[in-house]
Amino acid sequence: MTAETNFLLAVEGLSVSFDGFKAVDDLSFYVDQNEIRVIIGPNGAGKTTVLDLICGRTRASAGSVTFRGHELTRLPEHEIVRAGVGRKFQTPSIYEDLSVFENLEISFPRGRSVFGALAFRRDYLVRERVQDVAGMVFLDGMLGERAENLSHGQKQWLEIGMLLVQNPLLLMLDEPVAGMSVSERKKTAELLHRIIRDRAVLVIEHDMGFVADIAHRVTVLHQGKVISEGSLAHVKADPKVVEVYLGH
Amino acid sequence: MTTSTYLARKDVLLILLFAALIMALLPLALDPFRLNLVGKYLTYGFVAIGLVICWGDAGILSLGQGIFFGLGGYCMAMFLKLEASSVGATKIQSTPGIPDFMDWNQITALPWFWRPFHSLTFALVAVPMVPALLAFVIGVAMFKRRVGGTYFAIITQAIAAILTILIIGQQGYTGGVNGITDLRTMKGWDIRSDHAKLVLYFANAILLVASLLIAQFVRRSKLGRILVAMREREDRVRFSGYDVAAFKIFAFCFAAALAGIGGAMFTLQVGFMSPSFVGIVPSIEMVIFCAVGGRTSLLGAVYGALAVNWAKTTFSEDLPQLWLFAMGTLFIAVVVVFPNGLAGLYRDHIAPRLGRFLRPQLRLAPTGDGRKQGATR
Amino acid sequence: MLMGYSLADLGAIFAMQGFAGLVLFSVFVLMALGLAVIFGQMGVINMAHGEFMILGAYVTFLISKLFAAFLPGAFAIYFFLAIVLAFIVAGALGMAIEWLLIRHLYRRPLDTLLATWGLSLILQQVYRSIFGAREVGVELPNWMMGSLHMTESIEIPINGLIVMAITTLITAAVYYLIFRAPWGRQVRAVMQNRAMAGAVGIDAGRVDRLTFALGCGIAGVAGSAFTMIGSTSPTAGQLYIVDTFLVVVFGGAQSLIGTIASAFTISQARSTMEFFLSGSMAQVVVLLLVVGILMLRPQGLFVLKLRR
Repeated sequence: MTAETNFLLAVEGLSVSFDGFKAVDDLSFYVDQNEIRVIIGPNGAGKTTVLDLICGRTRASAGSVTFRGHELTRLPEHEIVRAGVGRKFQTPSIYEDLSVFENLEISFPRGRSVFGALAFRRDYLVRERVQDVAGMVFLDGMLGERAENLSHGQKQWLEIGMLLVQNPLLLMLDEPVAGMSVSERKKTAELLHRIIRDRAVLVIEHDMGFVADIAHRVTVLHQGKVISEGSLAHVKADPKVVEVYLGH
Repeated sequence: MTTSTYLARKDVLLILLFAALIMALLPLALDPFRLNLVGKYLTYGFVAIGLVICWGDAGILSLGQGIFFGLGGYCMAMFLKLEASSVGATKIQSTPGIPDFMDWNQITALPWFWRPFHSLTFALVAVPMVPALLAFVIGVAMFKRRVGGTYFAIITQAIAAILTILIIGQQGYTGGVNGITDLRTMKGWDIRSDHAKLVLYFANAILLVASLLIAQFVRRSKLGRILVAMREREDRVRFSGYDVAAFKIFAFCFAAALAGIGGAMFTLQVGFMSPSFVGIVPSIEMVIFCAVGGRTSLLGAVYGALAVNWAKTTFSEDLPQLWLFAMGTLFIAVVVVFPNGLAGLYRDHIAPRLGRFLRPQLRLAPTGDGRKQGATR
Repeated sequence: MLMGYSLADLGAIFAMQGFAGLVLFSVFVLMALGLAVIFGQMGVINMAHGEFMILGAYVTFLISKLFAAFLPGAFAIYFFLAIVLAFIVAGALGMAIEWLLIRHLYRRPLDTLLATWGLSLILQQVYRSIFGAREVGVELPNWMMGSLHMTESIEIPINGLIVMAITTLITAAVYYLIFRAPWGRQVRAVMQNRAMAGAVGIDAGRVDRLTFALGCGIAGVAGSAFTMIGSTSPTAGQLYIVDTFLVVVFGGAQSLIGTIASAFTISQARSTMEFFLSGSMAQVVVLLLVVGILMLRPQGLFVLKLRR
């Protein structure tokens, strides 16, 4: 099997097991440029594990992940990031001790080597990029604030902003609106639609209202396998999906 | 950013104050013997600076800094020993021209790894490089495999133990438990004279202040911020495109190279090097100097090295049986009661009062300033 | 023949050396077991573990003196009482230390390491003040000094056999407590999720205290057993702490079988090497091998692939 190169991301035959338990089992799916794809599924379906496998946090035991025609499964994590894959974690993972500005600055894709970091200077390019992104994620007035003092929703945005500073081609967001208010969710949905130009977004989400707001296509996982894929309306009508969510 | 330039200026000011203390005040106030002792303590300051970067910032606790201190010290000692073992000076030996302890151990030719140490240049390069290289090998092996925290601490401790046993066991090549002693001259310059000791003291002090400034530069660069970020959120840093292992390896090698320089200065000022500065106990004592002074403050750690060693000398002279009690209590207290060490005490209790005292001059500084520094450091 | 030994000689040497290795192995297992409980189950690094061991040794020493002075008739069996007391005294001290010190530091493992190192210094000085800096040896009852004659050239010392018996007993007890009894489940529950364990009615503080005390108690027994094959000094504990940690880490901290297997590997490797190399070089070679293997396989020898 070879991946067709017109997909941004092609996941094929991906498997991993922990201790004999198959968390992800012969999984395949494809993500297009400019697409917002949402992965849903019951707890333990292997959703987070799929993101972990794509970004290299967990190593696959079989299968391939092809990103713009390059195989990712053998690359170390930082190389995967540099190839253009950004990952947000389930609980906001930011540097509480640093200011919002410094949080965003660390993600700036320059001076990533040891000596590059030593020589790194905060020039106007950096300031400009950080300003731009802060505006996008609704944090423009708070650049000097210590990240610790942000609200939960703002922390989620900050982490998304840190990914945007990297300018990734694929954003992977693990439950980005968890703990957000309704209005914050709306703003986040708008944000995702706005940033989708020139990239794709892969989202894990439970909140069906939010899924309906953002998803171009939905992939339903159950026990590490894809059981349905298509528009939200399509998967909602799929008897297998109904069985998984309502059955047993 | 006015805040950070102000902070930078304040930190540099404190470093200059320290430089004045060790280069003007102490030399004037102390007799040559005591000054030499202070010089000896200051060599541990190099180790403490390295530990601040490696442990305080990056969160990598090495219980093997004695390895690097010792390696640096041995590199220097090997050069000095070879100079003291010229054919002329050792003609009564059965093999003239080799160090005396080799002759006592029936070794008849200089081992290959001793030969390059005829060259002072080689020795001076080896002093930071040999420790850094070993740290690099250990670091690559451990950090690339994500070994950290307590495992790393235990492994470094085991390596310290191995190296000590090896040095003691291979006395024909290393001088054994006595170490390399009877060092006399460097390029013909007698390092034992009072004058030489004074010169070496100042050389040591200048090197230490330079190291402080370099370390300060490293900490204020983006690299410094990444080290701290890595300690708090390793995965986030990794998934921002940084090779976390490379940064840890850098921090560890940097600390090792500094420790090596400290060791070499120790050898020069004290006149010998032995395995008693290499093993588990000295290594863990070095960590405690740093912890007492403040593991996240460069100057704090150096003052800690001075204070603990001074206390050790005083106690072991007068009340040797109390020393272990005092040291043990210090370990526990520094962890439980004041984890930020002397620097933390200064920051939390003295600096605010000083600040209030100096408030009129400092009004210009932004108000959030002191708090910000307190929390990030 | 090899180095001029006859085949029969070599056989006897290997048998005796093998037995010496087995005794060393038993002591390693005993020392490592306590640490495996504390480090493996609780994740706490106790650098004073060696001093708890020495405490057991000094308790044994005191009991032997007491029996010799006041109960010479019962001297033959004093050792068994000494072992029980060593367990109780070391365990009680462990419980106190956990309450005073360790419980404040569960979230800071590296600081625990430093604090317990401080504790070890204090304990060393206490031993030195009470018992003096010199090594003390324990006098064993006559029956324990003898040996069994297997063949003309192979003798099996009885004290070695006793060490092995104690080790077997303690290992079985630990295995039962940690992996079979409900208490072990509580220990693991607390380790994995404190809040949750508390919510389902487990007294997490008590579980921690008892686990720590158990580990220290076992260290005490190890020290007691150790007096049969070596002498005791205030700093003896420090000599063993690195070895012991390596045994536990090498085996994979959470695995009892792993701890035993790695104690076996390390002790056998060392006693075999000691035959060919000097003692210190044997130690260096074995330690280097262990550290080398740990660098290649940091999770230890016996750890399952875990979900992160």
